[in-house]
Parts: sequence; structure tokens; C-alpha cells
Amino acid sequence: MSQSEMSQTRGEPVSESSTIEAAVRVETKRQPLPPRERLHQVFDIQDLTAIYGSKPALKDVSMEVYKNLVTAVIGPSGCGKSTFIRCLNRMNDLVPSFRQTGTIRYHGQDIAAKDVDPVAVRRTIGMVFQRPNPFPKSIQDNVTWGLKVLGMKDNLSERVERALTQAALWDEVKDRLKASALGLSGGQQQRLCIARAIAVEPDVVLMDEPASALDPIATQKIEQLLHELKQEYTFVIVTHNMQQAARVADMTAFFSISRGEEGERWGELIEYDETEKIFTAPSDKRTEDYVTGRFG
Amino acid sequence: MSAAEFSPLQRPHDRLRWRRIKNRGMELVAWLAAALAVFILGVVVWSVAKKGASALSLDLFTKSQVPSGFSTATGGLANAFVGTLIVVGLATLMALPLGILIAIYVNEFAPRTIKRFVTLTLDVLAGVPAIVIGIFVFSLIVITHGQSAYAGAFALSVLMLPFVARTTIEVLALVPDSLREAALGVGAPRWRTTLGIVLPQTIGGILTGAVLAVARVAGETAPLLWTCSLAQQGTHWNPSLPLQTIPVAIFELSDQADPTSQALAWAGAFVLIMAILCLSLGARWLATRSRRKIMRASG
Repeated sequence: MSQSEMSQTRGEPVSESSTIEAAVRVETKRQPLPPRERLHQVFDIQDLTAIYGSKPALKDVSMEVYKNLVTAVIGPSGCGKSTFIRCLNRMNDLVPSFRQTGTIRYHGQDIAAKDVDPVAVRRTIGMVFQRPNPFPKSIQDNVTWGLKVLGMKDNLSERVERALTQAALWDEVKDRLKASALGLSGGQQQRLCIARAIAVEPDVVLMDEPASALDPIATQKIEQLLHELKQEYTFVIVTHNMQQAARVADMTAFFSISRGEEGERWGELIEYDETEKIFTAPSDKRTEDYVTGRFG
Repeated sequence: MSAAEFSPLQRPHDRLRWRRIKNRGMELVAWLAAALAVFILGVVVWSVAKKGASALSLDLFTKSQVPSGFSTATGGLANAFVGTLIVVGLATLMALPLGILIAIYVNEFAPRTIKRFVTLTLDVLAGVPAIVIGIFVFSLIVITHGQSAYAGAFALSVLMLPFVARTTIEVLALVPDSLREAALGVGAPRWRTTLGIVLPQTIGGILTGAVLAVARVAGETAPLLWTCSLAQQGTHWNPSLPLQTIPVAIFELSDQADPTSQALAWAGAFVLIMAILCLSLGARWLATRSRRKIMRASG
């Protein structure tokens, strides 16, 4: 087989016209987004600064998150992506030295304020973590535990089936609901964690690198889930995988590390736009360097 | 051709032989230290068993002590076994719940400064000599209410408390934070997370700590001398009376002139050592089991 034939069979169109050679191709089958002012804001974040001890992890982040969209947060390691997403449901409250300033308006209410109960916040803003962390209980109890805690005790078995079906796990586990969740594979465990999160009917689901510990097939399943579930929920997903952001996200925020004069480092929001724009025509040089693979 | 001519592993200044000898020497010293510990335990158990052999019979567990002076009669230590069971049991009932609650507060709720302060306090309390705790309980309870199994149990529980709390803190710290985050992430409040998710993971470990604490205080004599030593004749079950206990019985009997009493003291000591050995083995078994359980949860 000759060189030219090989490149033909690979079927990659070579376009010299695009100014940026994106290392990542955005899936084009997605629907174009309506203009932003017509989208419903779930989060309106203003000047969010997050500090661990005396070190700022994140400075002056301002952005919005829109309803029924998947919003991806990408950026190099240490840019504060995880810190950012954990601010959205007050998960950082668990870190003793953590402080934050700025406002996070959730449907208009500032959830960063001191008098807001973090338990109430986490109840409506669920979370899926980087490593699958099912409870050491049965598959069924993993889903029902949260329901019982929150007093949603009616139709437990229907709720379990619905959540597991939505998480595309029902067919695999319906015959062994009483078996330990720790016997599931990593990908199944992570889908169980998604089922656990959506069983309590949250409004937003935050995902902190949900597929980074999974193999490509499990990753693909979780990405498909996001496409289907965003009809019902709003997702914010942190990922270090640009291809993943390009595949699943409607909006993408690019965070990067800034360095001060005395060598201090903090994370900053560089650019926030529609995913297609971020990956094909970013307006900031640093975003361009990152998405084309020259940095990070 | 001689074999020493060239070896790919030999370099001029390695002095491999000398290093090997030093290594062997160190190994031997360490082995001797370990052997010494086992040897001492063996000698203690063997000599205690030998000296108490004449009193080791079923009577030991079924008959009570007979008053001294009637040295022809051979009694047992049934009253002391019953007393130890009651006193240590009551002490566990007092120390275990409180110790677990302290540990939960320290590990799950307390800010870092308070955590450090409470841990330090527990360490200091663990270091207070048993006799001092005996005198403390004596002045607190015995002076006004007289001796009783309750007073003795209270003194022992003060000894147990730091052990139970420290071991529980350690097991709670083994539970991965990801589990706590998982529970909090579905909107569970802190206390539900602790009760429903964290504690079930640690029950084995907590029990291990409790068993070790029991083993630790079951042989304590000093705190009981002040609080629970003036027992009446015969076997009693009422904890408002001062009850005879094994350590106090050993202490008193070993002081007597006649050989039957001394043999009884040795026999009591042998049973005590064996019981503590069994408790420690049981605790070990529980500990490995619970550690495996936590590992599985975090893996």
C-alpha cells in the first residue's frame, strides 16, 4: 500500500484554511446553542477567589453555568479546576484551612454565604468524584441510602430502578441488587455513583474527572450518559482530557496557572465560551496553545 | 584458570565479605532480642503454672475463698472471678461509649486545635499512674460512699478511657475521606454520614481497642486496692458491695504464710495471664479482619 493510499484510507481531511490546527476535533453533530441571553442561568459566579491557608488556589473567577447544558472545565494540573467545582457545592468546607471570597449565585441565591447550610446546597447540587467511591454496601443500598437520609422513602424500588436505568447500569445489575457494590468493575462502580447522585433528584450534578480512573470503554459509556441525562440535569464536569471536553461539553471554560512576581502561582479563568469556539477559534493565545497541545 | 581472576560483581573497595559479616551480626542481635522477649514470657507462664499447679482444678472456678486461718480447707477463687467479671464489665460499659463518642468528636467534628488539645489530654491521662487514679476515686467516691464494685469500676474506666478513645481515633482516621465525601455529596448531614457510613466500617477496629483495653485493666491492682478490696466472705453479685477481684486476691493471698493460699494466688495469676492472652489473640484476629474490610472499601 502506498503512502497516498494510506492517508486516503485514514480519511483525514487536510484543511489548510483553518488558522489553528486543533489537536482535538469537536463533534459537529451537536445542535447549535441558542444565544446566551436566552439560556437560563443556574450559577452566576462573580470574582470567586479560593484560598488554602495563605495560598490562593484560584483568583477572580467570574462565569455563568447554564441550565441543561454540559459545562466542561479544562486546564493543566494545578490550575484549580477541582477547587472550582468543589466550591459549587461547598465541598471545600471540609478542608480546615480553606477560605473563599466572591459570590456564587445559584438561581439568584448566594450559596457561598456563611449562613447557607452546606447540607442543603449538596442536597440539590450532587457530585460524582474522580475515583469511584461506592459505599461498602449492596448495590441497592448504595442508591437507597441517600434516599432514606433525605426522607424520599416512597417507591424505593422504583426509584432504584429508575436511577440505575438512567445510569445505564440496570441491565448489568438487576439480578444482583443485593450483592456488594465493591464487587463491581471500576466503570460499573462509577455509573453506580452517578445513579446514587441522580437518585435523589438533584438539580445540578458536578463531576470531578469522573472518567480519569476508567478504561476507554467505560469512559465512552459515561460520556454517552451525559448526552442523554442533560435533558434533565445540568452538568459541570472537570476533565484533564481535552477530547472528552470536546465530545461532551456545550460550554467550555479554560483555566490556567498564572505566576506572580515572587513566584507564587494561582489558577485563573482564561477563557469561557462555546466548546466549538474554544477548540477552533479561541480568542486567547494561552487557550490556543493549550488546545493545540503546545502547552500543558 | 582460577575463579578469582575476574568476577563482574567484584570491585576493589567493596569489602563485600566484611559487609556480609556485619549484616549477619546485626541480624543475630535483633534475633536475640526477639528471642529474649519470647523466653521471658515462657519462663513467667511456666513458673506461674508450676507453682499454681496444686490449686489448678475445677474447685478453683466453683468454690469461693475460705477465710484465712482455716488453712486445712481448700477453697477456690470463684468469688474473685465473679468480682473481676462484674468490675471490668461495668468499667467497659462506662468507658466504651464515652471513649467512642470522644473519638467521633475528635476525628469527625473538632477543629484542628481542639483535636490536638484533646489528643494531648488523652495521652496525659493514659500516662497517669494507676495508683493515682485509685487515690483520686478514693477521695471522690469512697470517702463519702464507701468501697463498692461501682467505685472500682469507675477507677478502671478512667484507665480504659484514653485507650479506647485513642484506638478508636486511629481506626476512624483509616476510613478514607472519599467515603465521607460520597455520603456528604448526596446531601447527608455530618451525623448521618458518621453513623451510617463511617462507623459501620470501624466496628471491628473499635472492638479491638475495647478488648485490648479490657486486657490492659483486668490485671490492675492499684486502683482497686483503694476502691474495691474489703470484700466479704463468699461469692457476691451485687455491685454496690466491694467485690473480691483476681488481682486483689493474688495480692492478699501471696502475703499469707500457708502454702495452699500461695498456690491459690499462683493459680489465679495463671488464669489471669491466660485470659489476657486469649483476649489479645481475639483482638488481633478482629483487627486484621476489620483492616481488610476497610482496605476493600478504599480499594
